Amino acid sequence: MKSSVIYGLMAEFDDPTSLVTAAERAHREGYRSMDAYSPFPIEELHHALGSKHTRLPLIVLIGGLIGCIGGYALEYWVSVIAYPINIGGKPLHSWPAFIPVTFECTILAAALSCVLGMLALNGLPMPYHPVFSVPRFALASRNRFFLCIESKDPKFDIEETRRFLETLNPREVSTVAD
Amino acid sequence: MSDSLQPIEDPNQAVVGAGRPPVIAPGHTFSTVTDKISSIVLNRKTPLGWYLGFGAALMLTLLLLTALTYLIFKGVGIWGVNIPVGWGFAIVNFVWWIGIGHAGTLISAILLLLKQTWRTSINRFAEAMTLFAVACAGIFPVVHTGRPWLAYWLFPYPNTMDIWPQFRSPLIWDVFAVSTYATVSLLFWFVGLIPDLATLRDRSQSKVGRVIYGMLAMGWRGSAHHWHRYETAYLLLAGLATPLVVSVHTVVSFDFAVGIVPGWHTTIFPPYFVAGAIYSGFAMVMTLAIPIRAVYGLEDFITMRHLQNMAKVMLVTGLIVAYGYATEMFIAWYSGDKYEGFVPMNRMFGPYAVAYWSLILCNVIIPQLLWFKKIRTNVPTLFIISLIVNVGMWLERFVIVVTSLHRDFLPSSWGNYAPTFWDWSTFVGTIGLFLALLFLFLRFLPMISIAEMRTILPEAKVSEE
Repeated sequence: MKSSVIYGLMAEFDDPTSLVTAAERAHREGYRSMDAYSPFPIEELHHALGSKHTRLPLIVLIGGLIGCIGGYALEYWVSVIAYPINIGGKPLHSWPAFIPVTFECTILAAALSCVLGMLALNGLPMPYHPVFSVPRFALASRNRFFLCIESKDPKFDIEETRRFLETLNPREVSTVAD
Repeated sequence: MSDSLQPIEDPNQAVVGAGRPPVIAPGHTFSTVTDKISSIVLNRKTPLGWYLGFGAALMLTLLLLTALTYLIFKGVGIWGVNIPVGWGFAIVNFVWWIGIGHAGTLISAILLLLKQTWRTSINRFAEAMTLFAVACAGIFPVVHTGRPWLAYWLFPYPNTMDIWPQFRSPLIWDVFAVSTYATVSLLFWFVGLIPDLATLRDRSQSKVGRVIYGMLAMGWRGSAHHWHRYETAYLLLAGLATPLVVSVHTVVSFDFAVGIVPGWHTTIFPPYFVAGAIYSGFAMVMTLAIPIRAVYGLEDFITMRHLQNMAKVMLVTGLIVAYGYATEMFIAWYSGDKYEGFVPMNRMFGPYAVAYWSLILCNVIIPQLLWFKKIRTNVPTLFIISLIVNVGMWLERFVIVVTSLHRDFLPSSWGNYAPTFWDWSTFVGTIGLFLALLFLFLRFLPMISIAEMRTILPEAKVSEE
């Protein structure tokens, strides 16, 4: 099989510790294009794979600021410019009364950018992904742990990588078709 | 960086601790937790009780539809509201339902930030309860506008009439607060569901199930990079929902406190409303959790620890609420204002004295039983107390809305309020809608977060080399 038609090689493990150890060893071995799959978040895994910070907090901050400024600007424009009404002699720009709506708009925009940002950065929705072609991968959402080294990694070699994965004591190593 | 990304739960907490009941019964593994929760949705035969319960709830929902149809046909005149009591049941029920919703957000967001492991098995259905309670709450102000088909006028949008909402009015604040609350609660709930939907997709035996759960899971595959962003997003959402939940009932209390009606115009209202909301919400979570754990055999996951902790939260928030009642009394006297001073007298000895004393009995006196461990560990008693608190909190809103309005400054404009058949039908109907939605949720979605339950198992801990 040529390495161009396969997505990668996937090793299956029984417990989170073996997966984290495997990911660390693969990273030490020089593999970079790889991903680990688990039924629940494992913090150590993220470090073991050598991945970077996520930009999500910045996206949420920007979303929140847009909501905050947008909400207040809307209230100002409506109350002072578009539809000025004298209510009990209060100033048109009665800012304390504008705070609750500004606050709610901030939270709304921040929460929306948080969820949409998370999905976008994760590339979801993605109905199909090559890893789903491995039948045993259905257990990744139950009780099994997978490490997949992708064929796009410069160090990837179908024979060499398979031999390396076998040294990690997996339950099974499967080929992932692209 | 690592601090903010710690596993949210302390895995050791799942092990039997020093004399306290565990949050999960010992002996569970990733597969047993997954199978037990997902089988309720996928494999187990739907219990007969589900059909009976859903059927009854659906009947009440039909009553709601009838009441609302007649209301739209005839107008709000079919209710007991009239000058001077223009707010009646609609606002009482609105505040009650919104308050109930608050416990869901409190459990899912605030207890998450405080790293309370025990929240894990109750947060999913508490969040669902929030959504359904907010859905019921939202009906009332909309139909109370009199012309509900024009309710969209509440939103600021460019229109040919060239008019805009009044942003100095607490009623507009309410529109923003409640719609933001509904949206954020839905997002929070859905984000929490994504990994579990993937589990259902992978475990479903039927093609329809695989397709529907598959679409909802959006291709979630449990990638480490995804989990990392997911966890960040979940924590950020919790951080956003925490001030939000406090703001929502604060804004609801502004509907009253910003007015000049005696008994409403007080600064104690925001904190006292928020405490009352959490109080009633926890009572409702308890009312639902106790039968659900018994019927679905979930005593391993919703343990005595959960019930005891909820009882303690109820005790604390109940005391805050009692303090609020005392402060209202004190300020009414201390203000020296005769209109304010009249309010507590009228509440205690006026035409609605029965409602007032029942509320004191339900909210202040009976919950003091929760001081006793014997009561906190007795499931049937807890269930009865939670029902009593639900009733008490409804009566509280009734007393606040009705007694203040029916005796204002001018004796010539005094009046009385009595709910009509249609008031009661709408109220009971929303309880039906709430239960019907809850039954559907229990049947089609995992009522406990499977992914989060896995994280608190001892085997989830990565051992150091």
